[in-house]
Amino acid sequence: MTAYLARRALGALWALIGVAIVVFLILHLTGDPASVMMPPEATKAEIEAFRHAQGFDRPLIVQFASFALSAGHGDLGLSLRHQEPAMSLALQRLPATVLLAGSAFLIVALIGVPAGILSALRPRTWVDYVARVVALIGQSAPTYWIGLMLILFFAVRLGWFPASGIGDWRNLILPAATLGFFSTAKIMRLTRAAMLEVLAADYLRTARAKGLTFLRVTLWHGLRNALLPIVTQLGVELGTLLSGAIITETVFAWPGVGRLAVQAVFERDFPVVEAVVLIAATTFVVLNLVVDLLYAVLDPRIRYA
Amino acid sequence: MTTTAIAPAAPATGDPAFAGRRTASLRRLARDPAALFGAAIVVVVVVCALFAPLIARADPNAQDLAATLQPPMWIAGGTHAHLLGTDNLGRDLLARIIWGARVSAIVGISVVAIGGTIGVTAGLLAGYRRGWVDAVIARITDVQLAFPLVLLAVAIVAVVGPGLWTVIAAIGLTSWVQYVRVVRAETMSLREREFVAAAEAAGAGPTRVLARHLLPNVASAAIVLGTFEIARAIVLESSLSFLGLGVPPTTPSWGGMLADGRQYLDTAWWTALFPGLAIMTAVMGVNLLGDGLRDALDPTE
Repeated sequence: MTAYLARRALGALWALIGVAIVVFLILHLTGDPASVMMPPEATKAEIEAFRHAQGFDRPLIVQFASFALSAGHGDLGLSLRHQEPAMSLALQRLPATVLLAGSAFLIVALIGVPAGILSALRPRTWVDYVARVVALIGQSAPTYWIGLMLILFFAVRLGWFPASGIGDWRNLILPAATLGFFSTAKIMRLTRAAMLEVLAADYLRTARAKGLTFLRVTLWHGLRNALLPIVTQLGVELGTLLSGAIITETVFAWPGVGRLAVQAVFERDFPVVEAVVLIAATTFVVLNLVVDLLYAVLDPRIRYA
Repeated sequence: MTTTAIAPAAPATGDPAFAGRRTASLRRLARDPAALFGAAIVVVVVVCALFAPLIARADPNAQDLAATLQPPMWIAGGTHAHLLGTDNLGRDLLARIIWGARVSAIVGISVVAIGGTIGVTAGLLAGYRRGWVDAVIARITDVQLAFPLVLLAVAIVAVVGPGLWTVIAAIGLTSWVQYVRVVRAETMSLREREFVAAAEAAGAGPTRVLARHLLPNVASAAIVLGTFEIARAIVLESSLSFLGLGVPPTTPSWGGMLADGRQYLDTAWWTALFPGLAIMTAVMGVNLLGDGLRDALDPTE
């Protein structure tokens, strides 16, 4: 187990180093990061001065070495638009994103899993069909459009919830539902498939034949055995929600990391973009590591030598 | 539509059962109403994309500032001239939706061509050669998986500059990774089978084994995945256009229309409803077709 843990941790570290390399390379895609980062109306002399100040006139390998050294310390330089370290700017926004993604995750787990179970217990009934159609819509409609439609209906028409911004719980409902819709649909479909498979198994027929109650059969014998793929996917979804809140945050003007990233992209504030990408990638990698370990705990058959 | 992109060498193994299996799969697909419904939607989208100038009654870019934000024809104030109403510049929504199918179709197909080619090649190599090739590809895959895809695409477009081909390249470069996982796993089990050993014993080189014996056998898995990747590409392109990082505003695209319509949610809901319905329907069609293909090609599921 320890050896496995060490190997997985090393793999995660490798992935993060790779992400840092890609982040560095993206800025150099056009070959001239100075003019990418400067506003379009900047003069040649201004760009040249900026190039020198940022060290873009040094050899690429030297630039990468200094980038890697400081990035390893969490230092990505000052934001170009706000005179503040890019990393702390991004970290300040993290709580808002965690709140949003956490609420969306609750929706995914508390609606997706039960709906999937119900759908599997009553296949080919109206419950099943409604759940499946909603899941199909959730998997097909773009997140931002779901957001717009929720705003149109619940904010503009009914006036139940505010259309944007952060405040009390009412500000949270629409963005969380928007962000969670796609993942809820995915988890519902997965839960349904996993439950259907387990419900058809021989040991479930035995459990029923023993005269166990319906609830005990489905939850204790059924759900417990279907849970493994569901928990794994839930972990993956949490990572996706945390790193995928960009669009939802933009639609609802939610002051999180994702909105910061989009603003930074438009303001050509690349240190901030780099900071957000590194935070998101680290979160995702660490979460996946945790999911893998959970897997080993949940399934006693899996023993990592 | 995806076949040509993913499997340039059409299945041509010496396996006599192959043709029979394919007919059986097609027959199963033809009996699946959901898949047929999906296929019909896909056909409609492709026809709109191909024949937009013939189908649309209005010029998608013709502005009529005397008739801005007109409601659909069935609502008071709507006219037959604009069935689905007009946007803030008085452009016909229906015409723009029909023309918008072009961007979505081009992006969907091109992204699958790029991602599928890279991903299937890498997956075949990793699964067949194992060793350091596999290790290197696995490392790159891990890096790609750790990246938030939307953010990566946004960053690439921001650096290189918006435009149809930048968008396609950005999405294509994020879409190869799923193929690697699927194709690698399939290849690893296939390479232990007798027909591969037989081909190798008969003197076939690695390229021949990969192209003639392994590729046709991983093709069906890749095609199913490619279908879902088309859906993802359409959504991602519309998201980029929505953020203002997609195709130029003069090119009608569903995401761009939604970005315009967003500002008129309280006065002209139709500008935000119909383009979104178009995206959802197209993506749903592709997804249903993908589900059907998966069931048809793999009867054990």
